[in-house]
Amino acid sequence: MKALRAARMERCIGCHSCSLACSRQVHHFLSWNRAGIRIASAGGLSTGFEAKVCLACHPAPCAEACPSGALVQRRDGGVMQKKSLCVRCGLCAEACPVDAIYLDSENNPYVCIHCGQCVAFCPHNCLEMADLSPREKDGEADHD
Amino acid sequence: MIRDFFRVMVVDLSSGATRIAEHTGRAEFLGGSGLAALLFETYGHMDRSWDDPDQPLIFAIGPLTGYYPLMSKTCCAFRSPYHDEYTESYAGGKSALSLRFADLDALVVTGRAPRLTALCVGSGGTDLRDVEFLRGFDALQTGRVLRKMFPGAGRRSILRIGPAGENLSAYACINVDTFRHFGRMGGGTVMGAKNLKGICILGDQGFPLPEGKAYPKLYRRIFEQLTTTEMMAKYHGVGTAININPLNGLKSLPWRNLQATAAPAAEAISGERFADDVLLRNAACAGCPVGCIHIGFVRERFQANNQYLYRQVGYDYEPIYSCGGMLEVTDPSQVLRILDVIEKEGLDCMSAGVALAWATEALEKGVVSKGETLLDFAWGDAETYMRGVELISRPPNEFYRQLAQGTLKCAARFGGEDFACVLGQEMAGYATGEVFFVSEGLGFRHSHLDAGGYAWDQKHDEKDVDKALEFLIEDSRKRIVVNCMVGCLFSRGVYTEDLLAEALDAVGHTGFGSSLSAIGERVQRLRWRLRVRMGYDPRQVKIPKRYTELTTWKGPIDTDYLEALRTEYAARILSMAAPAPGSE
Repeated sequence: MKALRAARMERCIGCHSCSLACSRQVHHFLSWNRAGIRIASAGGLSTGFEAKVCLACHPAPCAEACPSGALVQRRDGGVMQKKSLCVRCGLCAEACPVDAIYLDSENNPYVCIHCGQCVAFCPHNCLEMADLSPREKDGEADHD
Repeated sequence: MIRDFFRVMVVDLSSGATRIAEHTGRAEFLGGSGLAALLFETYGHMDRSWDDPDQPLIFAIGPLTGYYPLMSKTCCAFRSPYHDEYTESYAGGKSALSLRFADLDALVVTGRAPRLTALCVGSGGTDLRDVEFLRGFDALQTGRVLRKMFPGAGRRSILRIGPAGENLSAYACINVDTFRHFGRMGGGTVMGAKNLKGICILGDQGFPLPEGKAYPKLYRRIFEQLTTTEMMAKYHGVGTAININPLNGLKSLPWRNLQATAAPAAEAISGERFADDVLLRNAACAGCPVGCIHIGFVRERFQANNQYLYRQVGYDYEPIYSCGGMLEVTDPSQVLRILDVIEKEGLDCMSAGVALAWATEALEKGVVSKGETLLDFAWGDAETYMRGVELISRPPNEFYRQLAQGTLKCAARFGGEDFACVLGQEMAGYATGEVFFVSEGLGFRHSHLDAGGYAWDQKHDEKDVDKALEFLIEDSRKRIVVNCMVGCLFSRGVYTEDLLAEALDAVGHTGFGSSLSAIGERVQRLRWRLRVRMGYDPRQVKIPKRYTELTTWKGPIDTDYLEALRTEYAARILSMAAPAPGSE
């Protein structure tokens, strides 16, 4: 399994090309919010940028909080999303420890599905798809 | 959102009322520059001065903003405090995408708030806050406070002014997201006159994209062209500061208030030297993968025992020319320190640098005394120039009050008009020759970006008035089309009119195929008409004597050629400003 990693954010120039690409290609939308990756400054542009993106937790608190099965744990980390099952309760976004899930005005959650489509649009190679180690059993700590 | 009309938010600061207005005219005016002119015709007043509370401050984006890379700028239009006529300024940052995602084609601010106020707009409405406590705060500190007051970190834009805007200097700028500016012609002054300290634009909406493969395919093609070819290398590499060395080599670099057009010391403040010695990192406007914003750093010891602070200061060619070469400050860190003070005070850096250069020569020649300047300006003395910037922003006497209104206004009062480096406003950094001097001196917003006169001078040594003016008028029309989009002018080599038509088509703005050229001409005429109706007479524009005393790579300036260009360009401007047949 692979996961998106914002591995070199110190190179980020704040162009938002990644989130625009995710929104455009994955969600067929024009937005810098409705995306699995969102770019923010850490308190003004002189402080550089951070990516709000799923860290592929295992177990994933958002999946554990989801009451309807719309977010399902991936085998090695992160979640799969079944939009048709979502009841828009917003509990997933509340449970995420790193603010990686965006809720639109109708409470639809947007979370990274680790498809990697944003990577090609980052002009500074800040993003990469990294291998996640297979786990012997769910919930065991990663030994990387 | 793709629609055939303009959705405009109108905020009246006097009453606090907000409304959404829908305007037709997409097919005739596109957006950006065209939309701004259209809105000024609707909301502006030809018979009232720039500081009348009812005059509008307009921010307009284009039909492709956010839909394609480098469609990332905003056009700001207003009646300028500099010449009391219609003008425009452009900036990027996050302003354009924030307006797009607030579902606005334009924001129009009218009225005057009773007390210092900050305005926050988004798709969900507006919020007006009393910020009287921010009076006198610099532009950077103001940004920090506004960030805490309003929501939307990361995907919002914060526009604000410094003390210069509050004190109504005619060339106060609007700082956009710390490192970008509506720099020229006094947009910050208009905000100051409206008691408007800041504007926060929340980009909190989004829109479904057109069905089909045409749009994503075209997006990818344009993105690849911009990021994998060498077309944009100049802008993200060394940046526009790369111009210092070649202009110096062509004897076209304004130096020491244009007393010279080349200097051996210029190499010390070349783009390459900035990149090697003080470049901290690059940044980008939202929606642009190029990353042309160059941020330098200054490290300063403020106390003994190794107590240091550091500052981050954006730079580019024009700031280096105006606060480096024009003042003969030849150390990159010292140039950045002057720019940092200008940034905080909220002044246009080109006007401030040129004003200080004039003041130095005026003091040197005895035209003014220290009784007026209060400071011993001397070429290369950065510390004194930093204090001079503060005095322009917060004038302690009549001399600085006049200097804050413009170099030529101050010179008209105190003397020294011959060596005021003013071409409509304090000049841009191209002492390339006759065509550029006339282009900037008479041009619509007195900017080197109105048309490529500087490039014409560098490539042509023949003196053909007709050919040169045909180029200026045609080139400015083409730039107006890009400014209606509102695309970054750096991308004008990529976004040809054919590609723009294809890009419009792919998102659902169909039928522009052959009309872009006509739209450019229509907007060109409308803008001139607005300015002329407000009193502009290009025949009265004078090119100061200093410009006739120069030597460039072509030799001494040809005053007959200069005068022929000036006269003929003025006539053509008046012809473009004439009402269209049958329209009035």
